[in-house]
Amino acid sequence: MKARVHVMLKNGVLDPQGEAVRHALGAMGFDKVEGVRQGKVIDLDLAAGATEADVTEMCEKLLANTVIESYSIEMV
Amino acid sequence: MKAAVVVFPGSNCDRDLAVAFEQAGFDVSMVWHKDSVLPEGVDIVGVPGGFSYGDYLRCGAIAAQSPICQAVVDHANRGGYAIGICNGFQILTETGILPGALLRNAGLKYICRTVDLKVETTNSVFTEGYTAGDVIGIPIAHHDGNYYADAETVAALKDQDRVAFSYVDNPNGSVADIAGILSENRRVLGMMPHPERAADQGHGGTDGTAVFRALTGIVATA
Repeated sequence: MKARVHVMLKNGVLDPQGEAVRHALGAMGFDKVEGVRQGKVIDLDLAAGATEADVTEMCEKLLANTVIESYSIEMV
Repeated sequence: MKAAVVVFPGSNCDRDLAVAFEQAGFDVSMVWHKDSVLPEGVDIVGVPGGFSYGDYLRCGAIAAQSPICQAVVDHANRGGYAIGICNGFQILTETGILPGALLRNAGLKYICRTVDLKVETTNSVFTEGYTAGDVIGIPIAHHDGNYYADAETVAALKDQDRVAFSYVDNPNGSVADIAGILSENRRVLGMMPHPERAADQGHGGTDGTAVFRALTGIVATA
């Protein structure tokens, strides 16, 4: 069993890395990019019986800092 | 007076912090991250700068979950004194002892130079050795020093006079120029600049000594 966790900076929190990527894309001639936000993808290999609630707890306690980040979980 | 300095894998300002405490008159013990208790009778805990656990995941995130950090949280919750500098500040925010978080510098560059800080409050044992409005030169050395908190939290910090230091010329994008903050009971200070690197004539400046000197007057609470 696997889970995929997406962690993104919350809306309104400045993402300087995303901004730098946007600038670079613009400089390369990709002129249709209006914004870039950069995040993390964390894949978890889970033992049988693990639940989405377990992964939520992991996100709340460690994988995301909910002061600045939001997360979403895909169980696959 | 007893101080404990926490050492994580990747800490690199632990000995500088220990020397600053010693010069202020403390007996200092170094505490390993796997320890789950602080030495008996510790008056203040120092969480040093560095790159604990390689800054993996987020700065301070993994350190905040280490056994010793639970002891630091308990110490703070009992009303104990603590100071977190640089990575130590990041760790204290990750534990929830201090509000907010530290983001990547707005300019994306690691910055290592001495900056001017304004002393915003003298109402704490860390800052009572200064005069409000003093401008002091303290080194910074960080890549993730961009303090962030939501508008409500920043307003509360200001209303409660909990901004200890602010940048005169904001180097990293920190909200409201904040360089260091105090806990609600004013006994925990977190700051990105390094007062322990401006605590000896050999450092080229001693503007940071007052942070440690005033601490020797504190009453043992732990």
